[in-house]
Parts: sequence; structure tokens; C-alpha cells
Amino acid sequence: MEFSMDILKNYLIVKLKGELDHHTSEDVRKKIDQQYYNNNLMNIILDLRGLSFMDSSGIGLIIGRYRNCKERKGRVFIVSTNPYIDRILKMSGLLKIINIYSSIDEAIKD
Amino acid sequence: MVERNYMKLEFLSKSNNESFARVVVAAFASQLDPTIEELSDIKTAVSEAVTNAIIHGYEYGEGLVIVEAVIEKDKIEIIIGDNGKGIEDIDKAMEPFYTSKPDLERSGMGFTVMETFMDELIVESHIGKGTKVKMTKTFKSLSDRE
Repeated sequence: MEFSMDILKNYLIVKLKGELDHHTSEDVRKKIDQQYYNNNLMNIILDLRGLSFMDSSGIGLIIGRYRNCKERKGRVFIVSTNPYIDRILKMSGLLKIINIYSSIDEAIKD
Repeated sequence: MVERNYMKLEFLSKSNNESFARVVVAAFASQLDPTIEELSDIKTAVSEAVTNAIIHGYEYGEGLVIVEAVIEKDKIEIIIGDNGKGIEDIDKAMEPFYTSKPDLERSGMGFTVMETFMDELIVESHIGKGTKVKMTKTFKSLSDRE
């Protein structure tokens, strides 16, 4: 699992690549939280376009970040264009609370 | 139509084996000429069951996870078992969003994912002996896809 993080204003932009499962999500979670709190940020953009696989561990990761952002009156944005990943997102009911965008620019504009 | 085939895989309950297990089962299932969507469904369901064995069955301790798969005609049956602690209340465990480990940020969606992505799901569990998850999926025949 490769991933990169950038900071833009009060947004943490996380680009995930590869397979997000229970094994890989723990490390991702720790690193996201570290960047988010150390830099006193408000919003998180999770770019899932580079993922080739995601199971319910990814849902757990997103819900956890949503809770953290909500506490700080911030938001979580998902960028995804993969129909298989969108299916599990939809199934989990997550899309009732988090919007999905086709690009990072589109998420920031919202 | 494919001739009957069987596989068995045993590995230690380590989280880095989750991807190993789903890739092996997906490769075995590819004999049925699945669509990308069907293959993705199988990988996700296997991943959920193996993760459950590691987190809940063995609670991160060491044990063996046993994965078996049978192909018959246009159907695959996948059985994922552990010799771990077992599930006290299966109905409760299968409720969407229920998790016995909320501190680990588990979504509680594992069994729901397995039920949604496979055609049939049967869970057998005995306290102190372990859990067996049996899932089946029938692949659409090539003629149906056209």
C-alpha cells in the first residue's frame, strides 16, 4: 500500500494506492491522524482513485476520520471513480453522510 | 461448464495473509471465467471472512486459518474456518454495523458484505472450538452475459 499526503489550506489530501484492507488500513489510519492533528487541520479529502481493492476495513477507516473531522467542525470528502469501490461505499450507507467527487478540485470547490 | 475441482489452503493468522488468501481464491475461481465484478465480489467476501478469523477468532493471537473452495458446474463454494474462540451470538454478530470491537474502528459490516456479494452465507460456530463460514456464488453463464 502506497499513499501520499499533502496539505492545502486546512485540508489534508490523502491519495491512496493499492489495496486497502485490515492489514494496510491500520498504518494509514495512524499516519493520517498524525498529520491531521499535528498540523491542526479541519478537513480530509480521501482520494480512492488509485485503489484496486477495498473491503469493510476501508469503511471503518472512513467512518473514523469522519468522526474526527466532525468533532472539529470539519468534513470528509471522498474522491472515487471506481465502480467496485463505489459499490461497497454505497452498501455501507456512508454516502448518506459523505459526498463523493470525481476529482480533488471538485471536492475543494464544494 | 467446469469439471469439479477442490483446493485447500492453510496459513497463520497474520494480517498480511489477507491479501494472499483473496488472491489465491480469486485465481482458483478464474476457472469459472468470472466477470471482473464477480471476481471482485469473491475477493471482498474472502477478505472479510479471513479478517474476522484473525481479529475475532484468534484475537490477534497465533492460529491457523483454513480456506477451502469447491468448484462444481457454474458454482463456487468457499469455506473459511478457524479454531479460535467462536461466536457467542451469531445473529447479533451478523447484524449490520454491530461490532464487538468498536475501539478498533471496525465498521461492523463484514457479514453484511459477505451476504451481499455472495449468493448464500452460512455461519457455524462453537464456543472455544472455532467458526466456519460457508459461502456460495453461482456465476452467470457466458450465454447469459450476452
